[in-house]
Order: sequence, then C-alpha cells, then structure tokens
Amino acid sequence: VMAFWILNESLSILLGLSWLGVNLYLFIDTFSWYEEEESFLYTRVILGSTLAWARASAVCLNFNCMLILLPISRNLISFMRGTSTCCRGPWRRQLDKNLKFHKLVAYGIAINATIHIVAHLCNLEHYRRSQSTEAEGLLAALAKLGKTPNESYLNPIRTFHTNTITVLLTTIAGVTGLIISLAFILIMTSSTEFIRQVSYELFWYTHHVFIIFFISLAIHGAGRIVRGQTPESQLLHNVTFCKDHYAQWQAAAQCPTPQFSGKEPSAWKWVLGPVVLYTCERIIRFWRFRQEVVITKVVSHPSGVLELHMKKRNFKMAPGQYVLIQCPSISWLEWHPFTLTSAPQENFFSVHIRVAGDWTEALCKAFGAGGQARKESWSLPRLAVDGPFGTALTDVFHYPVSVCVAAGIGVTPFASLLKSIWYKCESHTQLKLSKVYFYWICRDPRAFEWFADLLLSLETLMSERGKAHFLSYHIFLTNWDENQAVHIALHWDANTDVITGLKQKTFYGRPDWNHEFRQMAYTHPSSNIGVFFCGPKALSKTLQRMCRLYSSADPRGVHFYYHKESF
Amino acid sequence: MGQIEWAMWANEQALASGLILITGGIVATAGQFTSWWFGTYSIVAGVFICLLEYPRGKRRKGSTMERCGQKYLTKVVKVLGPLSRNYYIRAVLHLGLSVPAGFLLATILGTACLAIASSIYLLAAFHGEQWTPIEPQPKPKERPQVGGTIKQPPSNPPPRPPAEARKKSSEEEAAASAGVSGGPQENPVPVVDEVV
Repeated sequence: VMAFWILNESLSILLGLSWLGVNLYLFIDTFSWYEEEESFLYTRVILGSTLAWARASAVCLNFNCMLILLPISRNLISFMRGTSTCCRGPWRRQLDKNLKFHKLVAYGIAINATIHIVAHLCNLEHYRRSQSTEAEGLLAALAKLGKTPNESYLNPIRTFHTNTITVLLTTIAGVTGLIISLAFILIMTSSTEFIRQVSYELFWYTHHVFIIFFISLAIHGAGRIVRGQTPESQLLHNVTFCKDHYAQWQAAAQCPTPQFSGKEPSAWKWVLGPVVLYTCERIIRFWRFRQEVVITKVVSHPSGVLELHMKKRNFKMAPGQYVLIQCPSISWLEWHPFTLTSAPQENFFSVHIRVAGDWTEALCKAFGAGGQARKESWSLPRLAVDGPFGTALTDVFHYPVSVCVAAGIGVTPFASLLKSIWYKCESHTQLKLSKVYFYWICRDPRAFEWFADLLLSLETLMSERGKAHFLSYHIFLTNWDENQAVHIALHWDANTDVITGLKQKTFYGRPDWNHEFRQMAYTHPSSNIGVFFCGPKALSKTLQRMCRLYSSADPRGVHFYYHKESF
Repeated sequence: MGQIEWAMWANEQALASGLILITGGIVATAGQFTSWWFGTYSIVAGVFICLLEYPRGKRRKGSTMERCGQKYLTKVVKVLGPLSRNYYIRAVLHLGLSVPAGFLLATILGTACLAIASSIYLLAAFHGEQWTPIEPQPKPKERPQVGGTIKQPPSNPPPRPPAEARKKSSEEEAAASAGVSGGPQENPVPVVDEVV
C-alpha cells in the first residue's frame, strides 16, 4: 500500500512529464524529418532550418490544441469517473486536477505558437530574398521555377518587390494566422488570475473567442504554402545528382524540371474529435440547465447558513461529492460548487450554503434567509444543478475502523458521510465498518451549529439503538477567549457539553495526535484503519506523518492508511 | 458586465503588446529583414510601453494585486501626472505608437494587439476610469498591549487582600481628605505571622 501512496503523490508529476515527453518527441521527430526528407531538399535550400522549426512547432500546436478542450469537458470527465473500472483510486483523483492541466496545455500552445510565428517570419523573408537579383546559383534557379506554364512553383513569393505584409493579408494562411494569434492573445490576457478576480464575466465571455480560434485553425493550412517535391517528380528527378546541375534542368533528360505541390492541411484531423466532444459537452450542460430542480425545503439557520433540499430526476450521489449550482436570476454565468450534505439514501439532496461573497449573499437574500419574511414557494428563484462531481468518500466503508478528521469548513462532506453511516446501520446491512472516530477541529462552532445539531441527533439515535459505541467523536475548539474559558470552567461538571449540548465533551486547543493515534493503535491492535481528512495542508502533513509513525512493521499489526482528500 | 473595470484588462493587453513588439523587433533587427529599422523602433517602443504599463493602477473598489516590484515604477509613472492618469491620452498614445510598427511584418502582430489595447483604454476612459497609483499602506497603529484583560499590576506587596477589600480601602482613602502620601505601608488587613 506504500506504493499506492507514492503513486498518489507523484501521479500528477508523472502525467505532466509524459505530456512534456510527448511534446518533445513530436517536436524532435518532425524536426529531423523535415531536415532530412528529400522531397523538401529544395525547400530547405531557400529556407534553411527555419522550415523544420516551423513544421515541428506546428505539429506540437496540433497536439496541444487537440488536448486543450478535453480537461474542461466536465461531464465527459464524470462519465469517465463513473463508468470505467480502470479509473480507480489515484487515477480518479487526477481527474480533479483538470484545470491545472488545461492551463499547462495553454502554456504549451503559447510557447509553440511563438516558435512557429518567428520561424515563419524568417521563412517569408528568405522566400523574398531568394527572388532578388543578387541571388545566385541553385537559389536563383529554384526561385525562377514556375514562370512558364508547365512548371509548378516552389517559392510562394513571386517577385522581389512583393511586400511581405501583402502576403500576410492576401493568403489564407496569413490572414488566419493573424486571427488565430489575436484570438489567443485576447484569451490569455483576459485569463490572468487578476482579471478573473476583477471580472469573471469578462474572462468567460472573452474565452469564447476560442470558437474563432478553432475555425481559423482548421482552415489555416488550406493555402498549401509549404511546398515539397511531388513523389512523381522525385522518381524522375534524382535530387542528389541534379542539385548540382541546375543549369541543365530544362535540357537534360536526366534532370527534368522538378515539380512541387503544397502540403495538405492536417490541423482539422487533430482537433475534430475534441471539438465534437466539447460541443456535446455544452449541449449536455444546456440540457442539464433546463432540467427541473424542485426545491422541497428551505431552512434558514441562525448562523447565516442556508440549507436547501432539492430533487432532480435521476440524481444519484455518493457521500463526499459536490454539485455546481447556478441561479439565473442572480447571474447567468456563475456556477458555484457546494458539497452535498445529504445521504444517498434520502429521497432528496441538500446543500448548506454559507454567505461568503456576492453571489452567496444574493442567493441567501433571494431565499429569504436572514430573518426576512417567509417566501412563498412560487416566488423562489429557479436553480440549475450540475453534477454530482468529485471523488466519493465510499472508501470509508471498506475498513473495519475508520478515522475521519475535518477542519473548519471541511466538515461538510462528512455530514453526508455520517448520515449515510446512520442509514446503513438503520437498515441493518452487514457493515464491514464497526467503529468510526470523528475529529472535528473548529475555530468557531457557531458557524457550523447545524452540524452540531446533526451530531446531537446521531448521538441520540445511536444510543437508542444500543450502538452508542459505534461513533466516537471529538470536537476541538481552537479559538476561544477568556470569557468562554471562564464559562466552561464553571460548568465543567455538567452532564452535557456546554457549547454543543453533546454528551461527549468539547476539548479546547488542538488535538494531541500522538496521543490519539497511540490510543487507536492500542485499541485496535490488528486492524486496517483508514484515515480520511478534509482541511488545510499543514494538518494533512501532520496526519500523514502520524499514520506512518503508528503503523506497525508487523503485517498482522495495526496499519493506518491515509486518504488524501480532494472532496 | 456593468461592474467591469476595463482599464485592468487594457493594462494586461498593453503589457502583452509591449512584449510582442519587443520580440518581433528583435527578430527583425537580428535577421536584418527588409526595413529592419522599424524593428529597432519596435524594441524601443515596446520597452517604453512595458515600463509605462507595468505598475498596475488601483481598482475602484476591492483590493488590487500589485505586480512584483512595481512600486519603483509607480513613482516614475506618477511623475508624468495627467499623461499617465488620463486614459484618453493613453489610448491616443498607444494608437500612435502602434502605427510605425505596422509597416514591418515581424511587428504587425504587436500593432494589432496595441491597437486593441488602445480601444479598450478608450472604452475605459468613456466610463470615467482613471489611473490611480497604488500607494504603500501606512503602518497600522501599534497594536494594543496583548492581554489587555490583565488588570493593573498590583501596587502593594503581598500579602494582598482580595479585590473587594482593596476597592473598599481605596474608596475610603479617596473619601478621606488630604492624601496621605508616602509613609509606611499600612496593611488594610492585619497581618498575622502564622507559624504552623
């Protein structure tokens, strides 16, 4: 299982390196081909190495443009996650890093585009110079080709006095190249982190210029400017011999005039698949948007938390997953993620929304939270829900003992999990899981008192069923002031905890993980214990360390398996 | 889209255009392309634009992320006064700077990008936006002593009677006329030497 854990951490790096590897392979392979290929020997006489630079970067551009649409097809990703059995464990977690990959590929496009543009700038200049009267020898001979009717030209620039800018604006490749570059630059400048913060709408609207990008990309090569010798001509005209006898090309039967043709466009072959997939993705999103979401219950918690119970046809979830919610009356563009707090066994799904910004504030107001008059169900705004996405917490049920640690807002996925555990106990299903330790580290319990209520009801229900020892939870308040301390000290002997009202007491300060893990290792000497965490990185590292420390070397002894979250 | 501060995007676009102009200029000058002197012009114009656009202006509301090390350039750009503050002037300036670069193929992309940046600045100017420098924040006031709940340190040596007795005795003292200053310490509670 150690191998599994190492795999987890380094899989992202591995995938990034393989992407880089494929790019380098394509680049170098294409580069050497164009440098050595006979049919392009005469082209190289005029252009030199810049031909190979331009073509190699073009192939990498094709590759990256193919990839760029895939990471943002989130429905495709959930489809992959849902159906394929090969996408287990660490591979599934990589699917959550899709945006990072999208940005990586975008940088790849930027670098290759720069190389491609610079190389072609040099190419155009070389073509032009080869038409000058000062050009000599083979160069001049090649440039003159195409002047008589039965010759095909090699040099797309026909006279020395051609202005290269005219070439740019009158050829398909030139115009589409300019459009593609402008589109890409506009997308990049409106996607910087700062602009995304300043105005998400600007980022999102401008990004749609990618449609122009892809259309122009598909027709970019239609002009067939890059020309190589035709295969028929190569049979008749032996390049290695004839290149030194250019003066005799017309006359000698050995060296008939070489014929050239342009390379056909290939970009569309690379990008057609992803473009079709992405179109399907947008259609799916629109269809999901149109699907009806029925709001069955609205609860406004005193701590400024809005709880929404909703129903949607064919909605299936697992604990730990999240949905994206959109409210068209507030904003047509924004989809916000919320972790699901209901259990899969319930006939509705719920989210708890805390006011944390403009959108959430507007939403809570629209639903009548914050002590306003009760709203009638027809006046509630319409919502659209996409999802569920994300990795599920179902691994919890695969261990005989599970430890769940939640810090602050990380507690939300565990609400769903705890409810799910409760339902499974209720239905008397045979559970492999026999003990759950739940640690909740929190600065301000008032923000999550709905969760405390949940724990309270679970506590009561468990003890009614005689399963009081199934769930053992510990709450740690890390932020307390003098007044609270005095209050707590005075009520120390009371039966229930003074802050949460729970039978199990609240602790103050941070947990002593050494003590906790030692205790658990002692109580369950030969079990596999799964540790699940949701919260800040620093604590994640601490827990990982504890798992390594307290797992025994004996294969029959206790073993802690740490599951890194990305719920 | 009502809340957009166009100038922020114009700034990013102009900075990118500056870099593209520099790159195109270097390629043309190094390769000694036809009319390569336009390339040299592009390098100079590009550098100027990058320096002008590097310091980000302050957003009207909300916090602004500063670019790394921009405070030195902010001082310089501020000196230009209305030339840098007014976005109409910037729009015209960028449009003007972009024209010569349009005569050379290698820098024409820079021209197009700069022209777009110029039009976004024009839009920003229509919306009444201005460039305001990001000033360094004045140091926050000295934080009050930690533990403000710690009461005044005791003024009399131990043994000290509990707080109530102390309060009463100070009231009595205040009620009594003419301060008894100095003098030997009078213990309000009789001290008994207990030998156990």
